[in-house]
Amino acid sequence: MNPKLTRRRFIKGVIYSSAAAASGAGFYLSAQSAAGAVTERLLTLTINGVERRVDVAPNETLAFTLRNKLGLTGTKVACNRGECGACTVLLDDVANYACSVLTHTVKRHDIITVEGLRAPDGTLSVVQQAFVEELAPQCGFCTPGQVMSAEALLRSNPNPSREQARQALAGNICRCGAYDHYLNGVMRAAEMLS
Amino acid sequence: MTFMHIGKNYTPPDVIGKVTGEARYVEDYQREGLVYARVYSSPIPSGRVVNIDASEALRMDGVLGIITAEDLPASDAPADPLLASADVTYVGQPILALAAISDEIAEAALERVRVDFEYRDFVTDPLESLVEGGPNAYPDGNVLNQAEELADENATIRGGFTTIKWPASEVERFRNGQEPREVDFAGGWTYGDLEAGFAEADVIVEESFVTASTPHHSLEPRSAMSYWENGKCYFHGSTQSQSAVLESLAAMLGIEEQDLVLINQATGGGFGSKGRSYPMMGVCGHFSRILNRPVQLRVTREQEYYVGVGRPGMQGWVKVGAKADGRVTAIDVIIVTDGGPTGRNSASASAQHLSVVYTPGAMRLRNIPVFTNTAPKGAQRGPGQNEMSAAIAPIMDRVSRQLNMDRMEFRRVNAPHSDSPVYEYQGPMTSAFLTEAIDKASEMFNWRERESQPRQRNGNKVRGLGVGLGYHAAGGNGYDGLVRITPDGRIHLHSGAGNLGTYSYADTTRAAAEVLQCRWESCDIVAGNSALHLPHASVQGGSNTIFTHSRTNWVAAEDAVRKLKEIAAGEFGGSPEEYSIGDERVFRTDDESQGFTYGEAAAKAVELGGAYSGQEYPEDINPITQRAVQGLAGSGLIGVAKDNLPKRGIAPGLMVSMAEVEIDLDTGKYQVTDYVGVADCGTVMHPHGLSQQINGGAVWGMGMAGLERHVYDPQNGLPANVGIYQAKLPTILDVPAEMKNGAVDIADPDNPAGGRGVGEPSQGSAVAAITGAIADALGGHSFNRVPVTPDMIVNYVAQQEDGFKPLELNTF
Repeated sequence: MNPKLTRRRFIKGVIYSSAAAASGAGFYLSAQSAAGAVTERLLTLTINGVERRVDVAPNETLAFTLRNKLGLTGTKVACNRGECGACTVLLDDVANYACSVLTHTVKRHDIITVEGLRAPDGTLSVVQQAFVEELAPQCGFCTPGQVMSAEALLRSNPNPSREQARQALAGNICRCGAYDHYLNGVMRAAEMLS
Repeated sequence: MTFMHIGKNYTPPDVIGKVTGEARYVEDYQREGLVYARVYSSPIPSGRVVNIDASEALRMDGVLGIITAEDLPASDAPADPLLASADVTYVGQPILALAAISDEIAEAALERVRVDFEYRDFVTDPLESLVEGGPNAYPDGNVLNQAEELADENATIRGGFTTIKWPASEVERFRNGQEPREVDFAGGWTYGDLEAGFAEADVIVEESFVTASTPHHSLEPRSAMSYWENGKCYFHGSTQSQSAVLESLAAMLGIEEQDLVLINQATGGGFGSKGRSYPMMGVCGHFSRILNRPVQLRVTREQEYYVGVGRPGMQGWVKVGAKADGRVTAIDVIIVTDGGPTGRNSASASAQHLSVVYTPGAMRLRNIPVFTNTAPKGAQRGPGQNEMSAAIAPIMDRVSRQLNMDRMEFRRVNAPHSDSPVYEYQGPMTSAFLTEAIDKASEMFNWRERESQPRQRNGNKVRGLGVGLGYHAAGGNGYDGLVRITPDGRIHLHSGAGNLGTYSYADTTRAAAEVLQCRWESCDIVAGNSALHLPHASVQGGSNTIFTHSRTNWVAAEDAVRKLKEIAAGEFGGSPEEYSIGDERVFRTDDESQGFTYGEAAAKAVELGGAYSGQEYPEDINPITQRAVQGLAGSGLIGVAKDNLPKRGIAPGLMVSMAEVEIDLDTGKYQVTDYVGVADCGTVMHPHGLSQQINGGAVWGMGMAGLERHVYDPQNGLPANVGIYQAKLPTILDVPAEMKNGAVDIADPDNPAGGRGVGEPSQGSAVAAITGAIADALGGHSFNRVPVTPDMIVNYVAQQEDGFKPLELNTF
């Protein structure tokens, strides 16, 4: 891929959502000025309930920050352009692709990664435990993303139908084709919660 | 036989790390001083490198250096080079790698590298190259002159160039479903009396077919990380295999196997594309040696589509003869393979598929692997067999319809039995229970009743049913097993198989636990790092791990049990035959108080030394296993043995699938509305794992049937599919919400643990069932092509011609 293109798209995305609307100027131009005005390097992020200080470039994705700056390599990068869902994390309990989110846009959000689900004593979360019991993963590379999408679903709907679970996991590609087992995992987790 | 562990679900040790994010893949490893390398990909499909000017890039802050073909051992075409120079053969081919202190700097610096090329003719469709006057992918020829028949489908194909051309009139005949006359082929084989076979046939069907080349889409790209210390190379690789990679990677790096430490605890998908070492591994290893720094070579998603290997496309013609009772008397098949620049040739495997699942009395294969300037081609899940399975299903349906026979019954009549001769040499199999699998699937799917119902149109929707068969040779022999009992009573099961995500590396160690009659909780699997003393193992591919390595684990554990009994007899008197094992103890059969715990026996083994604790070992074990035993010597009781168990023939993995599809005639879109897959894989060793392989293979089959393909622009040689959404692997919404599966669960007599593999046939049977079901829904019309896309269906329904020539590849 060409990350420059992707980043430009992200920046455009930021413009649409923030400063650009207030400006009569061209979107890209106003984005540059907006970015120049608001972007700070040293951010405080709330990740897995802990405040982390991190030096972040303006064009840096959350996936990059998590993996390369904070050592949270559980979040996987498989496509780096919003196609596969391997990098799914929760922002305020909503599933998001971390490869398609600029880090400096999430400093006010509660970020949860796959590392944040396990209890301090090592107990697996309900979704993790259910995935183990159903042997949901195969190669495991998409699994953290599948876990996070399932987690997001169950936080908003603890008693989903199989079809609702299927829709909730539709943004997570599994090349091994373990979809059926992941669905079994979500349904088992829902059962364990009820 | 009742087993303690085999046939039961359990938690493989790596699954916890996968759900918590702790499992580490190549790009998750860090090391002090790590630098980041990126690859410059060729923008042209064919030519040679004239000049590389990296001076501007090398002046940038943070850039450490580049590596080009000049820095690497010479490579002769058509071997896939680590980096290309004299022969650039596809868009995206790596020309050089550049390293910097950060990934961003490396990427920015690559843009300042200037490469000048000399351009050559190129070709993206084999038939364009085969026709007289057509372009060749290499200056020296258009067809691989294969040096040897491959015993191992994961091996790199070796050979030279030859040139084969057909008259335009014969290519045209071939495109139109007729046998080309008096043309040359590169290879093939025959058995039986073909002429007599067709003479006795009551029905003869003749068709052409085409299957697209498909990418692997492994979600973990083939990134690599390596560093050198004291002459040893420490390599973090994304590979399917463990011990089986050592030899080829060491050779690539020009070092001895014992100077290579391969760490590969989890692999994010391989599917045949990472069976052994591959060029990106070689580039990383050499680069880290040259720079004397740890190097992470990151392969992007786009580059993975360039270098990630693909299944070769196939253009073919087949003639099938069958008698009124359904028996297939003769099959004559021609296969032109889109070999890419690597000349991959799966034609023999494709034809062997036919010989196994339809057991024709006579058969002939004629084939040509043609070079094209497209992505390198290699092994992909069921290489040869599965694409043939896709193409042949609707054609065989046509035969059975002309015979007025139920399509399932037709397959049942021709299904192999344990004593059926197969392949070109008409050799034996270890066992085969495909008939039983067909019966089980028919029952689960309610085939007979559903097949006998008329196909009713419901508004703009029509439904069709299909049945498909899958086959792959699924088991080898001659590898080594290694178990170790330490004085603390722990049982260490050393596995040299790779961890591809099938869990078979772990499932097979359960055979050792079975022989040792120990608790699973007392066992530790040792795997994923060659420094941990792992035995010689097969490639983790070809559906072979279950059969091959349950045998190696079995014989190693038997060696341990023999030693336990000898040690106990030495201490408590009598002969070893008077001793038994149970509850992790070895004891006198007539007096259970006379005995050792496993831990005590292990301590005694250390005291006794010799073969008991690995100071001596059998002469016939592989040098890799010898070094593993040397590394463990004196640390416990060592059970080690080469698998010399009898194996009477090919161990087949066999599958049958039944599917229902519903086609929307207005849009051409279809959905798989019901799916059943049943395996003949011997004893079911791990029910969850088997279910994953059957259902996962079905998802792959659905991708091959309707979605996936490489497409190359014939004007510029550019690949159209370099992203997941373009190359279109199935999402969860492309497959049924529930799939049913089962197995006949009859032990293979040549494996004491009973199992055979089935990971590959599960795709072949699924794609066949779906292509058959689509044809069934369309009143028997077969496209003889995969993928079957909505536009093809819409054009057919509207009675319009397709936008591509018959047998054309690279179609959208």
